[in-house]
Amino acid sequence: MSSTTNKTLQSRRRFLENISRAAGGAALFGIGLGLYSQQSKSLPSTAIRPPGVDNEGDFLSACVRCGLCVRDCPYDTLKLSSLGENVTLGTPYFDARKIPCEMCEDIPCVKACPTGALDPELTNIDDARMGLAVLIDQEACIAFQGLRCEVCYNVCPVRDKAISINRSHNIRTGKHALFIPVVHSSDCTGCGKCEHACILEEAAIKVLPTKLAKGELGHHYRLSWEEKDKAGKSLVTPDLEHKYNLPEGTRYDYEGEGLIQPEVTPFNESAIDRLNKGR
Amino acid sequence: MKMTRREFVKNNAIAATATAAGVTIPGIKDVLAVSEDKIRWDKAPCRFCGTGCSVLVGTQNDKIVATQGDPDAPVNRGLNCIKGYFLSKIMYGKDRLTKPLLRKTNGVYDKEGEFEEVSWDEAFDIMAVKWKEALKNDMAANKGKPADKITSTVGMFGSGQWTIFEGYAASKLMKAGFRSNHIDPNARHCMASAVGAFIRGFGSDEPMGCYDDLEHADAFVLWGSNMAEMHPILWTRITDTRLTKKDSEVHVLSTFKHRSFDLADNGMVFTPQTDMVILNYIANYIIQNKAYNKSFMDKHVNFKKTTTDIGYGLRPEHELEKKRTGTGGKLSGISFEEYAKSVEKYTLEYASKLSGVPEKNLLRLAKLYAHPTKKITSLWTMGFNQHTRGVWTNGLMYNVHLLTGKISQPGNGPFSLTGQPSACGTAREVGTFSHRLPADYVVKKKAHRDFAEKIWELPEGTIPGKPGYHAVLQNRMLKDSKLNVYWVMCNNNVQAAANLNEETMPGYRNPDNFIVTSDPYPTVTAIASDLILPTSMWTEKEGAYGNAERRTQFWRQQVSAPGESKSDLWQLMEFSKRFKMEEVWPADLLAKSPQYKGKTLFNVLFENGQVNKFKKQVVTDDRGNKYQNDEMEDFGFYPQKGLFEEYRRFQLEGVKKGHEQADFDTYHKVRGLRWPVVNGKETLWRYAEGYDSYVKKGEGFKFYGQKDGRANIITAPYEPAAESPDAEYDLWLSTGRVLEHWHSGSMTRRVPELYRAFPDAVVFMHPEDAKARGLRRGLTAKIISRRGEVECQVETRGRNRPPKGLVFVPWFDAGRLINKVTLDATDPLSKETDYKKCAIKIEKA
Repeated sequence: MSSTTNKTLQSRRRFLENISRAAGGAALFGIGLGLYSQQSKSLPSTAIRPPGVDNEGDFLSACVRCGLCVRDCPYDTLKLSSLGENVTLGTPYFDARKIPCEMCEDIPCVKACPTGALDPELTNIDDARMGLAVLIDQEACIAFQGLRCEVCYNVCPVRDKAISINRSHNIRTGKHALFIPVVHSSDCTGCGKCEHACILEEAAIKVLPTKLAKGELGHHYRLSWEEKDKAGKSLVTPDLEHKYNLPEGTRYDYEGEGLIQPEVTPFNESAIDRLNKGR
Repeated sequence: MKMTRREFVKNNAIAATATAAGVTIPGIKDVLAVSEDKIRWDKAPCRFCGTGCSVLVGTQNDKIVATQGDPDAPVNRGLNCIKGYFLSKIMYGKDRLTKPLLRKTNGVYDKEGEFEEVSWDEAFDIMAVKWKEALKNDMAANKGKPADKITSTVGMFGSGQWTIFEGYAASKLMKAGFRSNHIDPNARHCMASAVGAFIRGFGSDEPMGCYDDLEHADAFVLWGSNMAEMHPILWTRITDTRLTKKDSEVHVLSTFKHRSFDLADNGMVFTPQTDMVILNYIANYIIQNKAYNKSFMDKHVNFKKTTTDIGYGLRPEHELEKKRTGTGGKLSGISFEEYAKSVEKYTLEYASKLSGVPEKNLLRLAKLYAHPTKKITSLWTMGFNQHTRGVWTNGLMYNVHLLTGKISQPGNGPFSLTGQPSACGTAREVGTFSHRLPADYVVKKKAHRDFAEKIWELPEGTIPGKPGYHAVLQNRMLKDSKLNVYWVMCNNNVQAAANLNEETMPGYRNPDNFIVTSDPYPTVTAIASDLILPTSMWTEKEGAYGNAERRTQFWRQQVSAPGESKSDLWQLMEFSKRFKMEEVWPADLLAKSPQYKGKTLFNVLFENGQVNKFKKQVVTDDRGNKYQNDEMEDFGFYPQKGLFEEYRRFQLEGVKKGHEQADFDTYHKVRGLRWPVVNGKETLWRYAEGYDSYVKKGEGFKFYGQKDGRANIITAPYEPAAESPDAEYDLWLSTGRVLEHWHSGSMTRRVPELYRAFPDAVVFMHPEDAKARGLRRGLTAKIISRRGEVECQVETRGRNRPPKGLVFVPWFDAGRLINKVTLDATDPLSKETDYKKCAIKIEKA
């Protein structure tokens, strides 16, 4: 094991210890002071909201805590938060590990909302962004070890768009490819079917509020291949045709494979040359 | 309990936190005290599919607490699929059966009674009464008949999940003991067509190649196989080759799009049954473009044609059977030119028109096979085998490889994959089929029966000469009261067999019959039976399986079975003690071996000096661990070893060569060996000089299963499916499996995580087909055929994406029995059911 890995491991361990010590302390402290005081305000919201919520702040100011969306949810997915839960009291949310969103085509929860806290303009459930699935623990996820699972991918209602499988060579075994699930924020609705179905004891893939989950590329940089795809051509005038000094039979593919050498067999020369050599 | 690094860190952290906070958390010290070395690790093959991954089984306090993929196993190098990941949980379902259960009313057996717990003695008592009654009737009916005319009302339905020893003991008990050939394995439903084509083509069962083909091939073609889900670890190997090997390619053919299409360079969805057209087209293309390997054909191939229009294996009074003009699989010799002529009509245009596959895709596929140097491995499973022309279709695949000589070489060859962990090792090699004897011998040949009787030390004429009832026929004969006592072991045939309403259930519940099911769990089949016997599973007994690449793998017993559960082997052998020879054999047969008079069946079959040859001993490994062996404890000898060594005599002493396995003790020391094992050496590619010790120097190839050493190219035309969609029943139904569940789900559905991952069967259908019927994703559909109906939820966005006109329903779900709907049409040659094609309609429930 390299010293870098060693250091990483140690620091990870220390991190875990500190976290649990803090968590333990917080729990004890919490018990002492009563449950209510450590609620919503003191912690960032990790609640996953029903479809049609764009911004937590706007939602909280528009939601009248009437519970109609909860009443109309046919799968008992939605719940109203109560005392002791880490969500603003009386607001709808769901715990994907327990009951995920089934993505009803007619979106009854949104229809039930009397105030527009759940955006009535959401008519295609694929456009919902309840949160974002994140494959958060790559150590525990068995796919990263080369096992064939892909349950999160297989249960995804927007599979191939929201979650796809990235195949790569397995260096350890040398002959069994890895099948790695990759979430795409462009299409993930945050329904939580993946988190619900994850076969680990603690899910390795979890739905988080998009704000918590999402990184953002620096505004000063672009991914060139995506830009080229978008434009449908090179953004800068394409090159002239390249020409090279090459031995006979050899080609050079500028945009592809590079140097292409002829396949060597004992019969490379022309038939007539061969015959005349008398071999 | 095994602790992972994470758990260790976590527990330490909890303990540290607790200390810091000045509280004690009960139990945490005990958790920390558990160290890795208290777990005993030993190897075993996975319980599930025919891939044959090896796992390490972790045992503590007589319980399996963990498993890990075996890092030293060449098949899987430490990996598992999601089913293998949960192996440690399959034995601990809450409803494990622990006592025999008999249907009773007022304390006595009653077919219409409720199940009550009984002792093993009572269970075997009632069984013996029923069996003896049937045997008495049989003896009366067979009076004076020669061996090839005798009949029986005693049946058994066995398994490709039996251990090798269990299959061998069952076959011997039935064929030699009860003198009935009505024993068939559930492998009939999955591999019989493959077997038929191997025997017709090569005179010897099982693939010529091995899994190393997956690294050596330049191209892979999947024909009716969704390896991505059904052989997950082999699929990672194909994928790795595709990712790392320059110019490698993958072609996938199926009647609907599935996970394997994700990797396809050339994906093709064809109209059901037209795989035959495509295969004949490829042969035609090869011939038209003179891409065949003439010198290979001249030396190693014969050309044959088969009888045609042979019906659909339905009951003889069925309309389709009355219409057919041919019977059976008789082959007659033809010339290459005649063969070429027979495929001439399968042009690109014709093939594209019938199959619905665009011409450019078909042409690309044909060019691949015709390529002079590209190494091609063709793979298939149930798409070819569960096919009313399954033997023909397997054969059409061999034709393509034999025309080009792309066979029996690293990376080059047709590869028939298996579904069950020991479809090869037990069902096929041991010969638990109604027509077979061990090691490729068959009951209908007198010389073969004589040979078996010699090894088993039986009088001449003991083994019946007529092939028994095959799987589908067994259900029909139960219904017709021709089969009256029936033992189902290690399978779930009420859920698995087609046409449950009309054929299976009526037979099981027929008042004339007594049905016994041995199973660890209360399956659909167990519930349909009269007596249920609680059964040990997997590593609760010593065992051996044979995988798809001819690899035989052994394991030791790791833990005790729960309650009064007993292994199939114990049940078979113990039950034989209940019979005096006079009760099973007629006097004239017994007179030929007077030494057996007054003996029990157990004495004759299992205390014959061979099976009981190896005295009781302590089973150990090289690490000094000791293992229990419950059967050895009970019988006082090492039955697994005795049975295996007796079985090996079939491989070593007969006229047929090329099935040799190593001795018993060797297998406990290795991670499997690929047979034939000759002089301690495994065989990777059969029939090829240098790789196969039976091919002499200078011969190049020799298909020595055939008398003249030549393989058969057998021409067969396209013939339509038994039932196709029409105006009323307007959709094709195909059934199959999913990655998470194995076969009937009796094990995987008892693992909570797997159940959560894929809880219930759904109907995969095209969204427009759903819409046209007032359905959408998540709504309940009623699937209706001429035979029955079943309800399940519609899935239009799932992993399987059928074309319009076809739906796919997996059959793992005991709560949604799709086999109420399917048709029991079979390949008349292999007797294997076509589960991939019948006509249905769908309505909103």
